[in-house]
Amino acid sequence: MSTTRRIYMDHSAGKPVDSRVAETMLPFMKSAFGNPSSLHTYGQEARKALEESRAKIAELVNAEKKESIIFTSGATESNNLAIKGTANRYKDRGNRVLTSSVEHMSVVNPCKYLTTKGFETVFLPVDQYGSLNLGALEKELTDKTILVTIVYANGEIGTIQPVEEISKIVHGKNAYLHVDATVACGQVPIDVRNEGIDLLTISSNDMYGPKGVGALYVKEGIRLEPSLHGGGQERGLRSGTENVPSIVGFAKAAEIAKREMQAESERLVKLRDRFIEGLIKPLPYAFLNGHPTKRLPDNVSVRYSFIEGESMLLSLDLQGVSASSGSACTAKTLEPSHVLLAIGLKHEEAHGSLMFTLGRQNTVEEIDYVVGLMPGIVKRLRAMSPLTPKELNE
Amino acid sequence: MYSQKVMEHFKNPHNMGEIPDADGVGSVGNPVCGDMMTIYIKVKDNRLEDIKFKTYGCGSAIATSSMITDLARGKTLEEAMKITRGDVADELGGLPPVKMHCSNLAADALHAAIEDYYRKQKAREEVKK
Repeated sequence: MSTTRRIYMDHSAGKPVDSRVAETMLPFMKSAFGNPSSLHTYGQEARKALEESRAKIAELVNAEKKESIIFTSGATESNNLAIKGTANRYKDRGNRVLTSSVEHMSVVNPCKYLTTKGFETVFLPVDQYGSLNLGALEKELTDKTILVTIVYANGEIGTIQPVEEISKIVHGKNAYLHVDATVACGQVPIDVRNEGIDLLTISSNDMYGPKGVGALYVKEGIRLEPSLHGGGQERGLRSGTENVPSIVGFAKAAEIAKREMQAESERLVKLRDRFIEGLIKPLPYAFLNGHPTKRLPDNVSVRYSFIEGESMLLSLDLQGVSASSGSACTAKTLEPSHVLLAIGLKHEEAHGSLMFTLGRQNTVEEIDYVVGLMPGIVKRLRAMSPLTPKELNE
Repeated sequence: MYSQKVMEHFKNPHNMGEIPDADGVGSVGNPVCGDMMTIYIKVKDNRLEDIKFKTYGCGSAIATSSMITDLARGKTLEEAMKITRGDVADELGGLPPVKMHCSNLAADALHAAIEDYYRKQKAREEVKK
């Protein structure tokens, strides 16, 4: 079973830094190391790089101006700043925050935290594909609602939300719309102005930039409570000397993503659909999680009945393949993924989930290799499982 | 995350399968929690002559099931009842702390199978009377 071959298909957990990005970062660690707040030449050099980077991020999402981009330490901080920053700033207008039941924990937990501070949070239901229930949004969107925060596309099941429609509904009640585009931004085109997005979370590593840096787009006119108090950097919203090398790398990654997005997403969609078919068709009791077409190009999420995800992951890892699962056994909480439960799966169905997220290095040949491994893995585990119907093992 | 021993048992589990005419069967766990195992035993002269398992669950659930069959085979029923969850984990070179509780069910399944055997014996004796 052992092999030296390694195939990485867990890109939503972490991506390699593009070598073009890494190269761009180096000078800002070695020679152009100044603090952007300094007046001297070193400082000005860093300031220039910082502001050019800001412009590149703004360009990727079609922000009205570069000053609308706030650099943070990553998507978790951006989500926290957007949610807590808006709620705390506008608490005189109301105390209600709406979100969906398929959010990342960095949205779920700030929303839960707010309920300990006098706010009301509603987790809106989704349909079987993970698409937001727009009727429920309309119903729960009262005059007391300050903010609606929705994921652009969920990283576990890949389903892309109808952001423009959501925006129209939210703005009809004068609430703000925050969109967590951590996994989506850089993969699919996002236009904050056309789609009516007020706040947008952007992640660097998700577009092959370095980890530990991200951004929040804040539409002109929206004021937030700061997340870090200090020297007043990033318009006072996020104090601390800017992480210039990482920001420069992030901007380079954004520039590459913008340029290569269309070709790469077309390539990935072909791989994705071939992969999904190859994982599901040859085996009974195999199902797709999430929407078949309104789906991120990189996301392949399936489930197999009667077996458990971690044992599939181990089997794959023994053969050099890195993937992930929403099974309780792979979570710190020992609970299956809340996203899989929200789309209506039973606990035992969620335990049998298997997720592959594809990236720039993956090839058709790799897809076919993994497709070839799965029947053996699934049949072996099913033969061991007391839940498997007898006829399947014959 | 897992010891080499756990991975060996996961890769090549010992005594996997069912015993159709088992003298005792013990099932513990629940598919809702993600772990469920069934142990089948054959008893001869108060010893575990044969033992097999079927398991739904993660790597450690499968490895502990395989290990318990090795530990229990050939033992007297009294000896087998004394095998603990800790013994199974120790023999496997340890389990990750988070798995100690949820996936380390094999000893419980073995004990349930032996209790099932005792119950069936008792019922048989009552019939004889």
